[in-house]
Amino acid sequence: MAELSAGEKIPELKVTPDKYLPHRYAGASGDFNPIHIDPEFAKAVGLPNTILHGLYMMGLTARAAAEAAGGDPRSLRRLSVQFRGMGAPETEIVVSGEVKSVEDGRATIDVVASQGENQTIRNAEAEVEL
Amino acid sequence: MAIKTEAVGKEWPATTYEVGKEKIGEYARVLGIENPVHFDREAAKAAGYRDVVAPPMFCVTYSAPALGPAMFDPEVAMNFAAMVHGGQEFVWGEPACSGDEITTRAKCLEIYEKDGKGFYVFETVSTNQDGAEVVRGTWTNIVRGV
Repeated sequence: MAELSAGEKIPELKVTPDKYLPHRYAGASGDFNPIHIDPEFAKAVGLPNTILHGLYMMGLTARAAAEAAGGDPRSLRRLSVQFRGMGAPETEIVVSGEVKSVEDGRATIDVVASQGENQTIRNAEAEVEL
Repeated sequence: MAIKTEAVGKEWPATTYEVGKEKIGEYARVLGIENPVHFDREAAKAAGYRDVVAPPMFCVTYSAPALGPAMFDPEVAMNFAAMVHGGQEFVWGEPACSGDEITTRAKCLEIYEKDGKGFYVFETVSTNQDGAEVVRGTWTNIVRGV
């Protein structure tokens, strides 16, 4: 059983998705929106290049929260996020978080996912069972 | 132009998804999750699961198909060219395991205008073959310039 206390930082999760990660995520999730996998299409709709799936980055946020609670997938009870900046492949993603409160064996963790200065997921809140 | 809100409260036909062991493994590998409960039946059973268990965010794979018809419904009339996925919440219940048959129903919770943007909020509720709730999702799409 994991121990978490208010104010504590959770271990940072650092992942650099390779060029083809969005293709693999599309296959795993069923989301083949071309803005994630086709550079020509992405540029034609005004994006700098293909962008990461927001739900992939939310998946990393979920992974970081569950791992902070000991790694059992059952421990993650709720996750709420806002998608803001666009995520790019081949750039390191850092998921960090801080425990806001612990009550009745449940911890609430504030989580952020960033690529450098660009916060791609913010105001995220995870509830984990300890 | 005033935003159309007639679709608030509308529900769409349920979709059903049978969870497969290899699909769970594929999803876990993409996220870089190494816990053997997502790959190995014996490890999953030893941890108290009926079968290989899905990572929580695998819920996207089985619940999103129910949302497709809702997002493209002409009564909802969402402008896709100006739409972004603004926010997402999931609340998990029973774990989803290999062999589960998961039924998802989508509903339009809210459509409203704020600061010149349209907010389209949908809910999906997914239940397993025993009728237990597996996950409840709230999907917020934001359309600029309505």
